[in-house]
Amino acid sequence: MSETKKTDEAAIPQQASASEGSADREVLLRVEGLTKHFPIKKGILQRQVGAVKAVDGIDFEVRKGETLGVVGESGCGKSTMGRVITRLQDPTGGKITFEGRDITRLKTGQMRPLRRDIQMIFQDPYGSLNPRHTIGSIVSAPFRLQGVEPEGGVKKEVQRLLSLVGLSPEHYNRYPHEFSGGQRQRIGIARALALKPKLVVADEPVSALDVSIQAQVVNLMDDLQEELGLTYVIIAHDLSVVRHVSDRIAVMYLGKIVELADRTSLYESPMHPYTKALMSAVPVPDPKRRGQKSERILLRGDVPSPIAPPSGCRFHTRCWKATEICRTTEPQLVELRPGQRVACHHPENFADQAPQDTVLLTAAKEASELVPDAVASGGSAEKEPAAKEAPEPAEAVEASEVKEAAEASEPEKAAEAPVEPTGSSKTEEVSEASETAADASETTETTDVTETTEEASETAEAAEAAETAEAPEAAETAEAPEGAEAAEAVETSGKKTGPGAKTTNEADTAGSAGTQESTDK
Amino acid sequence: MTELSKTGAAVGEPTPAKAPEAFLEVRDLKVHFPTDDGLVKSVDGLSFSLEKGRTLAIVGESGSGKSVTSQAIMGLHRLGTRGKNVRMSGEIWLDGKELVSAAPDEVRKLRGREMAMIFQDPLSAMHPYYKVGDQIVEAYRVHHKVSKKVARARAIEMLDRVGIPEPAKRVDGYPHEFSGGMRQRAMIAMALVNNPELLIADEPTTALDVTVQAQILDLIRDLQKEFGSAVIMITHDLGVVAEIADDVLVMYGGRCVERGPADEVFDKPQHPYTWGLLGSMPRIDRETSERLIPVKGSPPSLINVPSGCAFHPRCPYADIPKGNVTRTVRPELELVSTGHWSACHLSAEDRQRIWTEEIAPKL
Amino acid sequence: MISYILRRTFAAVILLLVVSAVTFAIFFLLPRLAGQTADQLAQQYIGKSPSKADIAAVKHNLGLDQPVYVQYWHFIKGIVAGADYSIGPTTVHCDAPCFGYSFKNHQAVWPELTSRIPITLSLAVGAAVLWLLSGVVAGVISALKPRSVYDRAFMGVALAGVSLPMFFTGNLALLLFTEQLPIFGRDYVPFTENPSQWANTLFPAWCSLALLYSAIYARLTRSGMLETMNEDFIRTARAKGLRERNVVVRHGLRAALTPIITVFGMDVGLLLGGAVITEYVFSLPGVGQYAVQGITDNDLPKILGVTLLAAFFVVIANLVVDVLYAAADPRVRLS
Repeated sequence: MSETKKTDEAAIPQQASASEGSADREVLLRVEGLTKHFPIKKGILQRQVGAVKAVDGIDFEVRKGETLGVVGESGCGKSTMGRVITRLQDPTGGKITFEGRDITRLKTGQMRPLRRDIQMIFQDPYGSLNPRHTIGSIVSAPFRLQGVEPEGGVKKEVQRLLSLVGLSPEHYNRYPHEFSGGQRQRIGIARALALKPKLVVADEPVSALDVSIQAQVVNLMDDLQEELGLTYVIIAHDLSVVRHVSDRIAVMYLGKIVELADRTSLYESPMHPYTKALMSAVPVPDPKRRGQKSERILLRGDVPSPIAPPSGCRFHTRCWKATEICRTTEPQLVELRPGQRVACHHPENFADQAPQDTVLLTAAKEASELVPDAVASGGSAEKEPAAKEAPEPAEAVEASEVKEAAEASEPEKAAEAPVEPTGSSKTEEVSEASETAADASETTETTDVTETTEEASETAEAAEAAETAEAPEAAETAEAPEGAEAAEAVETSGKKTGPGAKTTNEADTAGSAGTQESTDK
Repeated sequence: MTELSKTGAAVGEPTPAKAPEAFLEVRDLKVHFPTDDGLVKSVDGLSFSLEKGRTLAIVGESGSGKSVTSQAIMGLHRLGTRGKNVRMSGEIWLDGKELVSAAPDEVRKLRGREMAMIFQDPLSAMHPYYKVGDQIVEAYRVHHKVSKKVARARAIEMLDRVGIPEPAKRVDGYPHEFSGGMRQRAMIAMALVNNPELLIADEPTTALDVTVQAQILDLIRDLQKEFGSAVIMITHDLGVVAEIADDVLVMYGGRCVERGPADEVFDKPQHPYTWGLLGSMPRIDRETSERLIPVKGSPPSLINVPSGCAFHPRCPYADIPKGNVTRTVRPELELVSTGHWSACHLSAEDRQRIWTEEIAPKL
Repeated sequence: MISYILRRTFAAVILLLVVSAVTFAIFFLLPRLAGQTADQLAQQYIGKSPSKADIAAVKHNLGLDQPVYVQYWHFIKGIVAGADYSIGPTTVHCDAPCFGYSFKNHQAVWPELTSRIPITLSLAVGAAVLWLLSGVVAGVISALKPRSVYDRAFMGVALAGVSLPMFFTGNLALLLFTEQLPIFGRDYVPFTENPSQWANTLFPAWCSLALLYSAIYARLTRSGMLETMNEDFIRTARAKGLRERNVVVRHGLRAALTPIITVFGMDVGLLLGGAVITEYVFSLPGVGQYAVQGITDNDLPKILGVTLLAAFFVVIANLVVDVLYAAADPRVRLS
């Protein structure tokens, strides 16, 4: 945590170097392709008919001294993940490496020495302490189990631990029921720290506590990390808490990591639509922002069942940007920006990964109604309102439908780049931009997409003609909030998009450059 | 009704109070529970009022008395095995009727019809053995002499209104077959089936995920607009308060420490406890490189509430007022600005200085 | 729901087979393992001073001279298809559900059992109705008014009911009802013959049996109700404006009774296998008494028969309970 603290104060341009800085650090825990399935048995013979895919193939690593936050809604598998990486539950598949040693299949006996290094803090400060044991015996249990005799005796060490977590050493002979929730959580922390662990996995450590107490415990964990050089994996549903405590954050959805990034990147410019929706849903304690309901992305419906997760991208059933490819192809978690890994075909704040695929799924059209103009980056979100105005741009641009289609996918991005960093203050301009893009993409819908992309490169010249008609508008609006640099970037990307799918790569780079520069602002 | 309350007044009000003009008015409400360990003063002298169409958020930590207040308004405390022991005094005026001294059956008739409540955990708040529709039908038929068929149609209508897809099908589902968000929607449908004028929501989104929470808050807001009812939102989350409330009431140790329009309370909070709540909340919209500013210590015991200002043992500014006043004299609510009240011994200047110089910059 | 019942029924059949196999093993395999010869075993089935021929006949009839699994197969076949026992020159046919043949009494076990089942059934069902009603009512009142006079009185009686042995309460009931107030008959009359006489004679037995059980049920109901009435859904029911009576009965009791169904089913099932002491005290010729006879006479086929019958009732009760539970609690149907 200390690492990021320093970089916070520095300007954000160093964001990349910050993540590199932590990347230099030694990896303590590495998880590759981790899965955990709970079989469902049915019928007279109790045959396995399916499985709850609680964790379904996740990769990440935890570096020494950092705090990795894991967020997601209930049922996304984050708690299961926590129990699997501490080997409280056996993984179904994948590999867990701790300090370079494969611990995936270690037996209970072999795990015992490792239990010293990996500890867990639980959510429920009431349920996780045995009411019949004194605090002394609870905190000293790890010593007994591991057969460790600390220097100066167990009792002295326990009392030292108690004062370390802000309790009085006199509490040694008391029972859990004599303590408040916050104090019990401190006891839980003292127990976890008894054997000087290297990695502490905390599952919702503060969510059962009152706000004022929550802050005490968060600060305590913070101090202890600095003092003892701990590494944390903090699993929580509260995005505000996670933002506060984490260096890097993994966002989980239905057993998958959809985005893994350092704190600043994730919260300032989230790339996965789910991350964005999740963060926009968190209420902010500032009544002045209430009027701006438009900032909120409302997700429709509920998280689908982890027994039969949706095909392709699991979020496609609720995503306002979902296209055919999202339904058919699962996006891989790739590093789109230094320190920011995303699994999405159509990321926010970044070049589209599947620009040729522009036809929205029905669900996405419905979902896009719930996405306010200001936030909807790219035209896809504006499909419905755009439909009414569709004839206008079609007339304005005197080019074949094919050409329009070719260009349609790109202005989206041109508009997209400045959207996020500018924030709500510039919403008007931005929404104009996205509308324009929307109009274009709407026209796309009328044509056959696959054909479109193939023909696009051939009719590149014609497309450029169309480009001049439309793209500058997008670029201009983008320019207004961002200033010369960003506008340049956007313009470049706008021009390059003309030839269509083949030049997408270049456009992407330009687009991302634009995004990064604008983030610097 | 008013006559009835006078004759049945066990409260011992010297002068029978006049019905207030506000839609809901609570005056000097006290709810005490005698226990083996002593008298638990869950609510100890609480007053506020609420108009139709407005939303009041009651904020506080566990044990601050916020839930007890809501259940006292509903008259739920006097029921069940604990009911015989509870000691209630003060007045609760709902639409011109006084509830504390009213006959239990009179209050029962208002429950569910004029005032309704939704709860924190919709799974445990619904009966696991009955179909969701039947539970709504029951709520409707308590107050309306209609056939089951009519009530069922009404239940489907309400499920549809709260945004449950395929209401005609889901009406026959059991609570466990609903997702958390859907259950809370059904719960809201059940509460609103009789068009109540007062809706009390006791931590309605605490057990839900953020995305669902956003949906539910939106729903409550929309429904309030549509029905023009008064809403009391009980919560510990200042984010939810900012999202939905017109007025805020901050409770600590069974008493109100600050009350006022939401904008005012967030903009110029007057009580050190409110500062503490704001300071201890991590925020999603800001990069907080600073440490959180927690409130030291833990919430007070409701049996031995600290003397003087109940917050003084945890208050970093308790020594600023001269003499021993914070430890000996209980501060009363004082008007700070229009509609904004605070109960603190600090002088207005001190509060202004501390807020602008010490607290606000760190948030 | 139907698949659930089918699944449970199938499981019940399997369970019955397992129980029969285990019982069989205890009676036939264990002695063999303990080193008894077929002759010694056969002798036990006949009784005192049997002739060589008798022993050989029994040995053959029971298949003691054959491997155990063959013996088991004959036994199962007997239950399904009946069996023949040749004793000396005569051959006795034991009809379809043949649960064995008592060589000591020269009687098939099954007809004897069937003649006794109605008596045990009468005893169990009558007592069950009594104890369920009284126990639940007492429990609910105690729960609604904890620490009240009612509560203390009911729970005092309950404590006495649980602690006093049947020998005491039964004999006391006999003394009271048939000696001091001789309005109750002593000899069992079948229900089909004279229902009022039937109830009249069984009443003392019902009361003493019900006292024992209603004590348990009152405590169960009380704790269940206390817990249920603190549930959130009770608060919801009250918030709807329901009358307290409806809250208690429709919402509270409904939820609190469900676990009691389970216990109730199992208790009745157990009793149907023979309320040994009660039948003994009240001289009711039921299944329990038959078991006692079998034990005192060391007549293994009788004991085997009663054991299997008892197991059968318990398994059936289990099945009924499962189905009832699923009907009562919609959450169970899913899993």
